[in-house]
Amino acid sequence: MKLSVNGTDHEVDVEDDMPLLWVLRDELNIKGVKYGCGVAACGACTVHIDGVAVRSCQVSAADVDGRVTTIEGLGTPEALHAIQAAWIAHQVAQCGYCQSGQMMQAAALLSEIPDPSDTDIDEALRGNLCRCGTYLRIHAAIKTAAAALRTN
Amino acid sequence: MGRARTIARRSFLVGSAAIAGGVAFGYYAYKRPAENPLLDGLAEGAAALTPYVKIDGSGITLITPRADSGQGAYSVQAALIAEELDVTLDQVTVDPGTPSPAYYNTALAADAAPFRPTDERFVAESARNVIDVMMKFLGMQITGGSTTVPDSYEKLRMAGAVARETLKRAAAQQTGLDVAQLKTAQGQVELPDGRVIPYTDLAPMAAKLTPVTGVALRDPSTWRLVGKSMQRTDIIAKSTGTQAYGIDFEMAGMLHASVRTNPRRGGVMNGFDASAVQNMRGVVDVVQITGGVAVLADNTWRAIQAVEAIEIDWGPAPYPAEIAGHWQALSDSFDAALRDSRRRDTGDVDAALSGANLIEAEYRAPYLAHAPLEPTSATVLVGEDRIDIWAGTQIPRLVQRNVAALTGLDMENVHVHGQVMGGSFGLRLEDRAIREATEIALQRPGVPIKLTYSREEDTTHDDTRQIAMARGRGTVRDGRVEAFDLGIAMPSIIASQMGRQGLTMPGPDMQIVAGAWDQPFAIPNYRVSGYRAPELAPISSWRAVGASTNGFFHDVFLDELIHAAGADPMAERIRLCWHDPSRKALEAVAEMSNWGSALAPNTGRGVAFCLSFGVPTAEVIEVTATDDGIRIDKVWVAAEVGRVVDPDMFENVVQGGIIWALGHAMNSEVTYFDGQIDQRNYYDFEGMRHDQTPLIEVRGLENGDAVRGIGEPMVPPASAALSNAIFAATGQRIREMPMNRFIDFA
Repeated sequence: MKLSVNGTDHEVDVEDDMPLLWVLRDELNIKGVKYGCGVAACGACTVHIDGVAVRSCQVSAADVDGRVTTIEGLGTPEALHAIQAAWIAHQVAQCGYCQSGQMMQAAALLSEIPDPSDTDIDEALRGNLCRCGTYLRIHAAIKTAAAALRTN
Repeated sequence: MGRARTIARRSFLVGSAAIAGGVAFGYYAYKRPAENPLLDGLAEGAAALTPYVKIDGSGITLITPRADSGQGAYSVQAALIAEELDVTLDQVTVDPGTPSPAYYNTALAADAAPFRPTDERFVAESARNVIDVMMKFLGMQITGGSTTVPDSYEKLRMAGAVARETLKRAAAQQTGLDVAQLKTAQGQVELPDGRVIPYTDLAPMAAKLTPVTGVALRDPSTWRLVGKSMQRTDIIAKSTGTQAYGIDFEMAGMLHASVRTNPRRGGVMNGFDASAVQNMRGVVDVVQITGGVAVLADNTWRAIQAVEAIEIDWGPAPYPAEIAGHWQALSDSFDAALRDSRRRDTGDVDAALSGANLIEAEYRAPYLAHAPLEPTSATVLVGEDRIDIWAGTQIPRLVQRNVAALTGLDMENVHVHGQVMGGSFGLRLEDRAIREATEIALQRPGVPIKLTYSREEDTTHDDTRQIAMARGRGTVRDGRVEAFDLGIAMPSIIASQMGRQGLTMPGPDMQIVAGAWDQPFAIPNYRVSGYRAPELAPISSWRAVGASTNGFFHDVFLDELIHAAGADPMAERIRLCWHDPSRKALEAVAEMSNWGSALAPNTGRGVAFCLSFGVPTAEVIEVTATDDGIRIDKVWVAAEVGRVVDPDMFENVVQGGIIWALGHAMNSEVTYFDGQIDQRNYYDFEGMRHDQTPLIEVRGLENGDAVRGIGEPMVPPASAALSNAIFAATGQRIREMPMNRFIDFA
């Protein structure tokens, strides 16, 4: 089947029910997307399909009906997305394992609500677990990124 | 070899220890320093000036042997070296290095000895040092017990200083100038005429010199890095999805494995039927390992799907099948015959308790999973005369030993390549998955095998936090706490954890009473007893270890007595506290929270204190009883650590530890049913979520003279402060976790 990821088209030969998460990680070697729970309980595998945040562990390969964007497609160390720049400025990460999913969720929120309230952020991010407990910095980084994106 | 031994004998380890620790290292039984592991396999012209600094033509590498499970340990270690070496963090490579006895952990011993951290008398210091010698002998390169900063603080700065002075000497020889005329900055030696020589150019000359010892460490007032907020060395990678973790490891020709072992931990596998699996797509093989079965496949998901399709007949568990049996075992352990320690026994407790108005209470804390977000994984390649392991681990030397025993190889042929960890919280002090991956790989020599646990296998096989119970009896008189008698029962964490390593620790297990017997309160009649329950389900070090439960027990019972006395919870704790740095922590948190100020209706505040890992930590929590349940509004934390190495990272780690402790106290437990852990994933082991997070204000105090780590000490008081705050807001006293068994959280 065909898959568009971060602007590149791929042809993959996998079972229809293989979750997108594992197609990305093991078939396409795109490792920024993380396996945490496999049941949409942690958000570590969050990617965008046509700009909408989805849990890639719950999307079967055959059901991918749009362009997939992972953290690698959001920005790179050389060309940071405003969200990544804010994550660096706030020194958000501890172990960092959940942060790809947090940033992808945050990016989807800001594309929908450019100036989110505290409640908007709370509700959008409540499904993204962070065992290290970096929520306060995630919250602050989202506000910084939102301000940066609005002025650009 | 001749050169290696000469330099090793003069390497800075013992010299720095003598400078840094004085008496602590004065009577080493094993005086010969460990050999510098960087001297093995060093290219011509490269210099390994100490076990922590390696310089060659391509650059400068700082070796940071303590594992980083997310709390910034690599960055802190690198900064300590860089401070004295005169390099910037953006011009060096940070590498965890090769496991070696040279990297033994001095500071971990301090908490194993049965002396209060506030006890600075000679006998206490000596006992700590005996264990220190033992640790060095065993070469235990362990990350844990909030010891990375205490262990590294002098040692790594000295490593940087020795390397710097040796490079200057090399420059002096090369130029004919006097060393005193030379300066260093930005990885270069600066000559009086303004010319510079990069360290990398000096490496071949420096390699021929005996390292300069007896270097004085710089005065803290001159520090460029330590004590200031730094950008973490891994922050860009961790903010762009480019940080590779153990689970991301890839190698050509690699096979993916997933396992199932008996969820009735320690029980046998009677048999299995893998016929449903043989024809599943991508499955390469089904192999048996000790106590379980593994599937090899061409993809992680296929391996997990297949191993879950195997029918397996599991034997019974060697511990009570139902959680009620575990609680019963603890309840039955409050028995003089099982008393493990009573190191705190002042006044006449029995006489004080014999009067009227006895206050009694029982407390419970459940098993808890570590559940780091990265599921457990390990990659193993069995070669002809060596074995390579890529895994996140806090015990690389023990891994070498254990894998050597499994394979028949010498330890030196077991190569551990430490991987970045997606959290640990103590779980990576266990190495079961590495042993399992080795057993699988031994059946496929020459093929790299990456073992990945499913989240469910990970949760149901977590070597959990201890289960624990406490019983308090006390009295109050004239508005003061008069008698405090606390008994704590739990199985021995050390016995369970060390037992899996084939090690024993003689004497009482002070973790049974850690965070309770060693508190700096001058209560007239004051007793803390530890009771050693029988070994039940496997338990291990979980963030803050014994103190994670005991800080709750001790402080909530103290709070109950203070309320019974009619005293102010803050004022009475301060009055009772005899230890200056601890009292200052309480006073600081009182000031930060404006303790005693008027509160909104349905709002209450609780204070709690615990001294653990040498860090007096005081916390105030404010909660509001809303229509949806208890909302945690705000937390204030004051912790005495001697020196805050990086204020920004300090704040992040403390806030995270508070969220960790409160999340588990609110809603998390591990229970057993039919011999198996009931919880399987984050939907039934949740912790705190983004929308529940309170504001958390943090202050690091620098009144003490010893430097302490902050990975754990914020945990023990948090659950107590929450219980105390809920009592203040609602009048309901919660003595058992998780608290959502008794009250809703908004």
